Amino acid sequence: MEVSRPHDEPGSQDNSIQIWLLRVISALIVPAVLAVFFFTFEFLQDPRTNKVVQVVVAVIVGVGGVWLLYWALDRLVSALPARAGSGVRPFVFAGPALMILGFYLVYPTIDTVITSLRSARGDEFVGLANYGRIFSESTYLISLRNSVFWAIVVPIICVVVGLAVATLADMLPRKTENVFKSLVFLPMAVSFVGASVVFAFIYSYRAEGFGNQIGLLNAIWTTLGGSAVDWMRVPFWNNVFLMVILIWLQTGFAMVILSAAIKGVPDDIVEAARIDGANEWQVFRRITVPTIASTIVVVWTTILITTWKVYDIVAVMTGGRDGTSVVAERMVTEFFTFRNNGIGAALAVVLLIVVMPILVINIKRFREQEALR
Amino acid sequence: MTVVTDKAPTLVRAPKDSRDSFSVTKFPVYLAVLLIAVVWVIPALGILVNSFRNPQAIQSAGWWTVVGELFNSETWTLQNYATVLDQGFANAFANSLAVTIPAVAIPITVAAFAAYAFAWMDFPGRNLMFAAVVGLMVVPLQMALIPISRIYVGLDITGSFPGLWLAHTGFGLPLAVYLLRNYMGSLSSSLIESAQIDGASHFTIFTKLILPLSMPVLAAFATLQFLWVWNDYLVALVFLGVARPDNNVLTVELANLQGQFGEGALNLLPAAAFVSMVLPLAVFFLLQRYFVRGLTAGSVKG
Repeated sequence: MEVSRPHDEPGSQDNSIQIWLLRVISALIVPAVLAVFFFTFEFLQDPRTNKVVQVVVAVIVGVGGVWLLYWALDRLVSALPARAGSGVRPFVFAGPALMILGFYLVYPTIDTVITSLRSARGDEFVGLANYGRIFSESTYLISLRNSVFWAIVVPIICVVVGLAVATLADMLPRKTENVFKSLVFLPMAVSFVGASVVFAFIYSYRAEGFGNQIGLLNAIWTTLGGSAVDWMRVPFWNNVFLMVILIWLQTGFAMVILSAAIKGVPDDIVEAARIDGANEWQVFRRITVPTIASTIVVVWTTILITTWKVYDIVAVMTGGRDGTSVVAERMVTEFFTFRNNGIGAALAVVLLIVVMPILVINIKRFREQEALR
Repeated sequence: MTVVTDKAPTLVRAPKDSRDSFSVTKFPVYLAVLLIAVVWVIPALGILVNSFRNPQAIQSAGWWTVVGELFNSETWTLQNYATVLDQGFANAFANSLAVTIPAVAIPITVAAFAAYAFAWMDFPGRNLMFAAVVGLMVVPLQMALIPISRIYVGLDITGSFPGLWLAHTGFGLPLAVYLLRNYMGSLSSSLIESAQIDGASHFTIFTKLILPLSMPVLAAFATLQFLWVWNDYLVALVFLGVARPDNNVLTVELANLQGQFGEGALNLLPAAAFVSMVLPLAVFFLLQRYFVRGLTAGSVKG
């Protein structure tokens, strides 16, 4: 990531109050116009408005209109004295994005933390009571336990299987390799809800006397001599069956990234090892894996974050019943169904706290790179 | 995040050795590959087959039983698709499009301008603000649900598309700014300097020079964001689903169908699932190159 240093333009580091005022104003105009246009014009809110019209208006305003605004602001800034102009212009460009981020991510994060310290309806400050409940009542402990369980199992299996698939694919003739990789990668295009429906037809269960088993798993199970099982209600294992869905979805991601990394391992090192008498397993174990170790960590981290926040699969398949609840699913249930904002917010904060170390590491790494420039 | 460059990974490497022909010694490899391929395909194959079967047949026998009656004309029907489209999925498809198109176009526009500033302009707090963007990439969007829906309820805009467009814009922006800034920053600085010497303004350099050069990364982000918004369930459910069922997107509609009591909807689920998947699958096959590039460059998204 080679980023060149911009020119020092006169006034770009100007920190006077007037300049900062202009900066804030120019940052606010685009989001303000978008919000006013989208939220106050009745026809965009009216369900009877033709959708095509809505989309066309949205794109014209959201892209064309926004573009025009950036241009107009840039012209306005050019009319300022040169020093002030180059002091304000960066905020014409970057400001709107920062404001939108502030509104949709930064402010809500602070607000959610505050909400988590208040009662269900938010009318009373309760300190850490919500967290106390989360870490003591069995309802929430089950969700926490399951989320941790998911976070341990899913990323590791995805990485291991993804690595295996990538390595195997690398040994295939090229055309076969691409077909094979596309097959495993394909679920990446499928929604979590869609994947849940796909697996509903694998885990489907019918009680004895209510017709043939149309779920694949039960068909195999009964053919092997077992009696039909309601897989989604088997304690503990139902969690594993749900995890299989996410593994099916995410392994392709691991495979694609790791495959690219494997192809980046220098051929001469591999050849040298082979000449020295290393077998394929030794090459894999001693050369490929150490070389791509940092990519493995990145892939594992990315899937860990996805897994930790998993909501759709559990919500659609079991709704969190029979001991399958996870934190993100519990959070929506508390907030949506029980209208308990306090607990809901506290659960969201738990989701955040666990990814905090990753957040800090990412920023640290970014700053190290910048320092090297 | 650092190890993965935003160069497109080469899926194919230079021709070499005996890799391009099958050999007997690799038989265990082929067997393992075949096994994995079958395991990965079967779940999806099951509902693809089911979606074209008679409703009664879906209810009474597993999809694999079609093997015996592949060429029986009574086995196959488009009836499920007709029913599903008629029962709200055509409408939901239109809703998904109405949500997705602006929710992809708006963040790209806003992010492109910001990325240019972060890459090529100097301003106080630049590195700090960009570090914040990097950090925001992993903030779970669950953090935004309660406060934003409170605001939306206050403004009385839950259930309408505009609230969803801007919410997706907000949630997609960190990754967009990050990807675009890294790409734009890696463009040659002599190119920009010479344009500046010729008297070109930042706005001109951005629109005439940087944007055309950034098309690959814009396409990569657009593909990612399209799949993310189209496949999103949680954001649509919270900001859209409950207030105005007419505006439901495909994922919400599909989840509702799946949740319907009893097995009455069983024969409609496979067709409904495929209606929801057809567009992302098309995008996936047509734009796989960009999709892979986006994924590679943007590992570690929140």
